Amino acid sequence: MSYLHSIGQYFLMIKAMFHKPTKWSVMRHLIFKDIDDLIINSIGIVSFIAFFVGGVVTIQTALNMTNPLIPKTLVGFATRQSVILEFAPTFISIIMAGKVGSFITSSIGTMRVTEQIDALEVMGINAINYLVFPKFVALMLYPFIISIAMFLGILGGMAACVFGGFASLDDYIAGIQLDFIPFHMLYAFVKTFVFAFLLATIPSYHGFFMTGGALEVGKASTTSFVWTSVAIILLNYILTQMMLS
Amino acid sequence: MIEVNDIHKSFGDSKILKGITTVFDKGKTNLIIGQSGSGKTVFLKTLLGLYTPEQGSIVYDGRNYSDLSSDEKSDLRAEMGMVFQGSALFDSMTIAENVMFPLRMFTKQSKSEMQDRVDLVLKRVNLGDAHKKLPSEASGGMQKRVAIARAIVNKPKYLFCDEPNSGLDPRTATVIDNLIQEITQEYDITTIINTHDMNSVMEIGEKIVFLKDGLKEWEGSNKNIFKTDNEAVTGFVYSSDLFKRVQKMYLEEDL
Ligand SMILES: Nc1ncnc2c1ncn2[C@@H]1O[C@H](COP(=O)(O)OP(=O)(O)OP(=O)(O)O)[C@@H](O)[C@H]1O
Ligand SMILES: [Mg+2]
Repeated sequence: MSYLHSIGQYFLMIKAMFHKPTKWSVMRHLIFKDIDDLIINSIGIVSFIAFFVGGVVTIQTALNMTNPLIPKTLVGFATRQSVILEFAPTFISIIMAGKVGSFITSSIGTMRVTEQIDALEVMGINAINYLVFPKFVALMLYPFIISIAMFLGILGGMAACVFGGFASLDDYIAGIQLDFIPFHMLYAFVKTFVFAFLLATIPSYHGFFMTGGALEVGKASTTSFVWTSVAIILLNYILTQMMLS
Repeated sequence: MIEVNDIHKSFGDSKILKGITTVFDKGKTNLIIGQSGSGKTVFLKTLLGLYTPEQGSIVYDGRNYSDLSSDEKSDLRAEMGMVFQGSALFDSMTIAENVMFPLRMFTKQSKSEMQDRVDLVLKRVNLGDAHKKLPSEASGGMQKRVAIARAIVNKPKYLFCDEPNSGLDPRTATVIDNLIQEITQEYDITTIINTHDMNSVMEIGEKIVFLKDGLKEWEGSNKNIFKTDNEAVTGFVYSSDLFKRVQKMYLEEDL
């Protein structure tokens, strides 16, 4: 019962996000601040992870290809496929559920427990629009981060491949150009947009509707991470089933 | 003037407000007192429209809240100022930005008009030189004064304060009390203050409503609260030794 209630409340929140919009002159600043907090501040960690995990994917693939009949270009090909299809959109989103998600839940949750949300509502402001909408807009730039992750993942693979002596640079580059299917990019970015929406709204929900004090803010952040990850994994499955098979 | 008629409010199964009727006058400091957990904050938030009562009516200068359209409700909200129990300042904004916030949201004033108004109000609460500080860098008493400044910057008709001086030293507490009373008289607004501080009761209790378990147990003013024989009230008032002595003095005076 309480799950159904929460799901209903979540969709009502999404509806309320677009109601009674905050003055544009104020909203503009909120959006820029959230772009800075959520997008710009994530580029560093995402780049770092993408580069090195891309390298590991390449090494693992190369080490498993012991049959000399398999062409060397396959290393680059396999790295590209796994980075673009799964690693960048899904794996990075799970990490972002931890980084961006807990940031959103704890910042909104703190505003809830210190009555800052009440203060907004007393003034007749739609607090959901004021707090959640700018995060939603900021995360529409999330595909930008995922593009960087794709690029750096493949680059990291290249570095690992060449430095580890698994294949030549030419083989790797030929591999990443092999059998390229543009629809795979569409699939990856549809997923990215869906995950961006989840990353903006599920953590906001957990922060906005929490009750209690500082301890509960911490708990809400953990719960929000769990549910955001679950939603990402489930929708990943559903979208893959729908678009690729 | 706010007329409250038979207000009921519950959360789930627990009844918090069980039928409160009273009137809060304009230009006066109205106090709501009572023990912790008696429902003061819930009552105040109901008056603010944050909670919807299940039963009863609240009339703001002739406007019955439940009869208003949502636009009219927004207009009414813009006439209210609130000082929260924990100040509730926006911690990502400086003090000046906090005070300017209601102006930015609800008026079409130019930047310099808004700045002038913020300067004036911050001076009014003796914070003329704290514009650039963040709330986290201000003391508790300063935060309370910023909260008052934010509540009055847009010239409200109704001012609500939830324990404006809790956690402050007696001297700062008196300063805050007097500030609220002066502002109330100066701008002729309807002010309602939650408190369990007996000093405030004596200083600014022009009208006092005593709540007990979600009901109005007694009402009067600081002139007659020391003379009532209502046991709940006397139990509350004379819970400190100081006031027992004050009571003795009163009695001796009468003899
Ligand atoms: N949102 C809520 N949901 C459920 N119960 C609540 C809620 N807010 C308050 N209560 C309950 O209502 C009762 C009255 O609380 P309230 O905060 O009004 O007390 P108070 O008189 O302001 O106390 P204090 O002086 O400590 O601030 C308490 O028992 C509290 O647990
Ligand atoms: Mg209270």
